[in-house]
Amino acid sequence: MSFFPYAVAAWVVLIGLYGIVTSRNLIHLVMCLSVVQSASYLVLLSIGYKDDAQAPIFADVPLSTPAVDPVVQALTLTDVVVGVTVTALLLALAVQAHKRYETLDPEDLRPRRRR
Amino acid sequence: MSDLAPLTVGIPLIVAAVLVGGAWFVPRRVVDVASLLAASTVAVLCALVLAKASEGQIVYWFGGWQPRHGTAIGVAFAIDQLGGGLALFCALLFVAAFVFSWRYFVTVGPLFHALMLVFLAGMLGFVYTGDLFNLFVFFELMSVAAYALVAYDIEEEGPLQGALNFAVTNTIGAFSILTGIALLYGRTGALNMAQVGSALAGGKPDGLVIVAFTLIVVGFLVKAAVVPFHFWLAGAYSVAPTPVCLLLSAAMSELGLYGLARVYWTAFSGVLDPGDAGLQAVLVGVGALTALVGAAMCFGQRHLKRMLAFATVAHAGLFLIGLGLFDAAGLAGTALYVVADGCVKAAMFVSVGVVQHLRESVDELRLRGRGRDLRLTGPLFAACALAVAALPPFGPFFGKSLVEKAAEDAGLWWAPVVFLLTAALTGGALVRAAGRVFAGLGSAKDPIASDVPGPREVDPELEYRHDRVPRTMTVPAIALALAGLGLGLVPGLIGNLERAAAQFVDRPAYAASVLHARPARPPVKAPSSSPSLLGVLVGLASAAGALALAAAALFRSGLRSRALAASEGLAGALLARLRAIHSGLVPDYVTWLIVGTALLGGLFALTLSG
Amino acid sequence: MSPRTRLRVFVVAGAGLLGLLLWGFAGLPDFGHYAGPYGDILNRVAVHERSSTDIVTAVNFDYRAFDTLIEEFILFAAVIGVASLLRALRGEHSARPDDDVPGRHVPETSLAVRLAGLVLVGPTVLIGLYVVAHGHQTPGGGFQGGVILASGLLLTYLSADYLTMRRVGPTWLVETAEGLGAAGFVLIAVGGLVGGGAFFQNVLGKGTPGTLPSAGLIPLSNLSVGLAVSGGFAYMLAEFLQQTLVRRGQARGRRRKGP
Repeated sequence: MSFFPYAVAAWVVLIGLYGIVTSRNLIHLVMCLSVVQSASYLVLLSIGYKDDAQAPIFADVPLSTPAVDPVVQALTLTDVVVGVTVTALLLALAVQAHKRYETLDPEDLRPRRRR
Repeated sequence: MSDLAPLTVGIPLIVAAVLVGGAWFVPRRVVDVASLLAASTVAVLCALVLAKASEGQIVYWFGGWQPRHGTAIGVAFAIDQLGGGLALFCALLFVAAFVFSWRYFVTVGPLFHALMLVFLAGMLGFVYTGDLFNLFVFFELMSVAAYALVAYDIEEEGPLQGALNFAVTNTIGAFSILTGIALLYGRTGALNMAQVGSALAGGKPDGLVIVAFTLIVVGFLVKAAVVPFHFWLAGAYSVAPTPVCLLLSAAMSELGLYGLARVYWTAFSGVLDPGDAGLQAVLVGVGALTALVGAAMCFGQRHLKRMLAFATVAHAGLFLIGLGLFDAAGLAGTALYVVADGCVKAAMFVSVGVVQHLRESVDELRLRGRGRDLRLTGPLFAACALAVAALPPFGPFFGKSLVEKAAEDAGLWWAPVVFLLTAALTGGALVRAAGRVFAGLGSAKDPIASDVPGPREVDPELEYRHDRVPRTMTVPAIALALAGLGLGLVPGLIGNLERAAAQFVDRPAYAASVLHARPARPPVKAPSSSPSLLGVLVGLASAAGALALAAAALFRSGLRSRALAASEGLAGALLARLRAIHSGLVPDYVTWLIVGTALLGGLFALTLSG
Repeated sequence: MSPRTRLRVFVVAGAGLLGLLLWGFAGLPDFGHYAGPYGDILNRVAVHERSSTDIVTAVNFDYRAFDTLIEEFILFAAVIGVASLLRALRGEHSARPDDDVPGRHVPETSLAVRLAGLVLVGPTVLIGLYVVAHGHQTPGGGFQGGVILASGLLLTYLSADYLTMRRVGPTWLVETAEGLGAAGFVLIAVGGLVGGGAFFQNVLGKGTPGTLPSAGLIPLSNLSVGLAVSGGFAYMLAEFLQQTLVRRGQARGRRRKGP
């Protein structure tokens, strides 16, 4: 049980990469990239978890209450924002690709050869 | 005085934000002036920071959060001489890029300049930082700005595909770095590089340490475009606007290797012994492979920017050989080589930009003879091409020979051969291009050149359409070329670099300076080494080789020889196989990335554990 | 590579990668037994030192505020990147906002949906502002609240139509908000410098933990980031919608010569 979250994270990386490698649609590819990035959130948050501890908010509990690691949560917050921004950029590229070439298939977007 | 370092990051960011916030009423001229002023100010600040760092490492804790009992609780900048020098180099490149895009570069609103300023801030923070997560965040800042800048000419099809490949592969690389950092945090409970290093030091390299090292190395090698993570580079660097190209090629790839060196020496050198032959062998081997593949692909190109892009890949391989020796001598040589080579490549990109502006093409074969009247650009390009071929006494020659000497001292007798082949091939390709374009030599056909022509018409990036080359283009080219060519001759530079490198690899001193505020003094002056006679001979040989290859390619119809025909056939077949692998498809590139990660991890596991 | 070859290569390499990752993760401390000192130290001292009862926000906006500044600028870079990628190109003209697919009948938004949207927008904005303002006391902060605020704009588009959304959030407003928010955050950082300390040094008074005016510069940082994030997301949203609904025509290259 204690290794399970990390195993799940590793599996999520694999299935995300599988999605990218076999993708036939740019939007699907971008979402799979998002899935791969979410594995890092899993790893980070699992590292910081403590059994029988509460969230690191001390608004109405005494300071001595054990709390989970706040640093990984802050890192995950930053990571999520970074992931979202890259996704937005890639989706903008996908929108332009669809508009210009009427296709979202990565296989069709290979460099054109002109004879 | 030490507050200058964060200002170098803060100034570009705030100018970018103000330019965007005031986009509706800020005229184009103000945007240009503001960006150039910001970049110049930052360059001056970087020079001051470098001067201060030469007296002793600068450690700057943000928010005033000093470490407690040797545990870091805030984020720090830890600036030593090499870091300061690299940051100054990047800032100066940006000044050149802004001068090039002055006034004529077609932009809409301030978005291009704002992205460039953010790119600058990202590079400087990346070099200065002493915290792992901060390093990752700056890495992403650089990358996001770069994705948007590469795709800037979105009307063409090349930038769209190139940016897509670039963004997907580099995002996976960044994810890899983050996972590595998470693993290190799980083991050591720290994010500060010095603290992680202290916590790991003296232990045995187990699975977690090796996998964390693999993941972090993979992420940086993707950025540095080392085989097999290099596929995205040619597609991206060849379609970016010229001012962006020179920044990407001269600075961003090299920063990937800097990141690798910095993280290794501060965090891993205590647990992964730098004298470990296996560790050296893996990275040096990968570097050699990259150099040869890049050089081969470079020679077979006819698209001038793609040629320079593959030259970047090849040289990244050579830099990796220098770093993979894991000693101060190799590091010093690599630092010199990086800066000199960066300046020279930047000058060549600007020259190609000039040709693109006037002749509306970047295809070597189609441009045959059409550059004859460019009396400044032609000789400049040719001189830079010879410098790439490591002709003494130019800058790249000095850097290369220092690395070669370090490699020989480490027992790698075959290293000069790799260096010679790479310099000859890349230099030869560029000399051939110079001869064909600027002197009209050779024919308009070349059997081993790629059959993918450069784009049929290349829309000039600049509006100014006279047949005269504007001075905003020639001045940066001349300045960059002079810097690159003359760098090795600057008195005392090599000695300084060697001392700086000795400081860089000293992990305990770095940790003491960052965590316990014991300032690290740079080591004592030692007589600086100069290239050996063997080094000079190798340099002359590679330059001669480059000229020979270029001549063989240009005058092939005049030379009738079966050996020539046979070698052309062989080269053609080899290049065709290589080109088939560079398919341009995102899923292919990601597959190669996974293959590379698995192989590298396996190699590290075999050589490092136990 | 052909798709089949690629899949076969992936299966082999992916298995290797999976093994590598599992081997690495095996070295981590067991789940639930976090060991490292960093988080524990901050949990103990942050409330007293920063008067912030939400330690995660204290980490994000004080101890590691520099990371958050750069993260904010990553968002900024992505927003202007999206704007530059989706900008109006030569050969494109702006048409009446309409569904992209020709010939498809788009029914007019029903009155019930409009009413629901109208009723929900107010509370959404209010909640967003609350989350932004109370980041230092309870879970929340500039990023989270900023996204909620931007979703208020999205709600306007979903329940009414594109033109209404443009009237509520015109380009100049969102662009200015984005730029000002980002600039404001850097100024707060520099303000720490000016106040005699380091970049991002907290120079305002601490106040009592648990009350709204406390934790020094953190609420101001939250406001600034909230402004930047809401402006940024609204700007991106508007750009995407503009590209698909309004811009028509084929983008022309600047010059075409011959076949």
